[in-house]
Amino acid sequence: MTAVDVKGVCKAFGDRRVLDGIELAVEPGEIFALLGPSGSGKTTLLRIVAGLESADEGSVSFGDGVSGNGIPGRDVGFVMQRPAAFRRTVFENVAYGLRLREVPEEKIDRQVATALDRVGLAAARDAKAWTLSAGEAQRMCFARAAVLEPRVLLLDEVTANLDPTNVALLEAAIRGYNALVGATVLIVTHNPFQARRVGQRAGLLLDGKLIEVSDVRAFFESPKDARTRAFVRGEMPY
Amino acid sequence: MPRIPIGTLLALREEAKGRRATLTLAKAIVFTLYGMPPVLAGLLVYLLLSTSGPLGILGWLYTPVGMVLAQVLIVTPIVAGVTYSAVSSVGRDVKDAARSLGARGWALAATVIEEARLGVLTAIMVGFGRAISEVGAVLIVGGNIRGSTRVLTTAIVLETSRGNFTEAVALGGILLGIGFVIFLFLYRTQQQGHR
Repeated sequence: MTAVDVKGVCKAFGDRRVLDGIELAVEPGEIFALLGPSGSGKTTLLRIVAGLESADEGSVSFGDGVSGNGIPGRDVGFVMQRPAAFRRTVFENVAYGLRLREVPEEKIDRQVATALDRVGLAAARDAKAWTLSAGEAQRMCFARAAVLEPRVLLLDEVTANLDPTNVALLEAAIRGYNALVGATVLIVTHNPFQARRVGQRAGLLLDGKLIEVSDVRAFFESPKDARTRAFVRGEMPY
Repeated sequence: MPRIPIGTLLALREEAKGRRATLTLAKAIVFTLYGMPPVLAGLLVYLLLSTSGPLGILGWLYTPVGMVLAQVLIVTPIVAGVTYSAVSSVGRDVKDAARSLGARGWALAATVIEEARLGVLTAIMVGFGRAISEVGAVLIVGGNIRGSTRVLTTAIVLETSRGNFTEAVALGGILLGIGFVIFLFLYRTQQQGHR
C-alpha cells in the first residue's frame, strides 16, 4: 500500500503544459525527495497533492489511515517555500490548526511547546511572528504543520534562501519528525545535496515529466537516464 | 460592521472559479456606489419610506430608523469596497497556509479578515467619517425634528440658515471633537496591529 499515489496527473496553465502524465508512488514512512530545476513543475505537483490546486487529468489518492483525498489540513501537512506567517505571536501561529480542531487549551499549550522545542524556537514562543528572521519563520511554519502530526508531510523548497545553520536545523527537524511519527515526507527541492542528505528515495522532474525514480544512492551514484546524470553532476543548465 | 463580510466575500469569491461575471457586476455596483451623492440616497430612502412608498407602512419616515437606513445605503459601498481592497491584498501564501491547516468557510474568512485587520479598520474609519459628516440624506429622511431626528450636522445647517453663526461654529467644534476622540481610538488600535 502506498502513502501517496499520483496517477496520470496532467496540468496546464493556458497553453503551457506544466505536468504531463505524472505517475508517482510514495511509500509509507519514507522521505521522498522530488528534484528538478526551477519551472519543472515540482511546486505545481506538490500543490495538487496538497489539494490546493486541481489536476486537469489524473488523480491523487492516499493510503490507509490518511484522510487527505484532496482535503488539505486533515492528515496532509504542507509547508511552502516562503514562510507564510500569520500576523500573530509564534505560539498563536503554531496553535492555529489545533484551535481549528477544538483541541483543549491545556493540550494546545503542551503540544505547541513540544513542537517549538523541536525546531529550536522555545524561547521565541511569545514573539510576534513578523519579528522572526526568515529561517526562524520557516521553522515556525514547519512546527505549525508538524504539530498536527499529519501522516503525510509535503515540503516545498522549505530551505530555499536560508542560511546553512537554518538549513541544518530544518533538515534535522524533518528527519526527526519522520523518525518520531513515522510519517511520509515528500520534499521538493532543486538542491541535489539536500536530496541526498534527507531523502531515502529521489525522483527527477523535468519539463513536467518524471524522468527517473530510485533510491537515493542509486539515483546519485548510478543514474540510468542521461538527464539525471547531467542533473546530479550539476551539468544541466538552468 | 455588516459591510465587512460583503467586501470579504467579494475578495474570497474572486479566487474561486466561475461566477466571474456576477462578481464583476457586484464589484462594479459597489465601486459605482462609492460616489453616490448622499442627497440621492436620501431621496431614494424618502421615496421608499413615504406613505405612498413600498415601505411606507413601517412608518419610519422622519424617525431615527429611517436616518440609519439612509446612512447604511451611503456607507455600505465604501466600507465594502475598502474591505475588498484590504482582503484582496492578503497574500495567497497566507490563505493557502490557512487552507492547508484545515481552515474552511467562516474560519478561513475570519483568518483573512484578521490578517487584513489594518485595512478593515481603515474601512471602518472611512465609513464612520462619511456617516458622521453626512447631512443631505439625514435632513431629507429625518426632517431635522428637534428632540427626535436633529443631529449635529443638521443642527449646524439650521443655525447657519438662521444666522446664528456662533452656535453653528460651536456645534461644528463639538462634532470635530467627537470625531477626533473616536478616530484617535481607532488609530491607536490600528497602530497596535503594526507593532
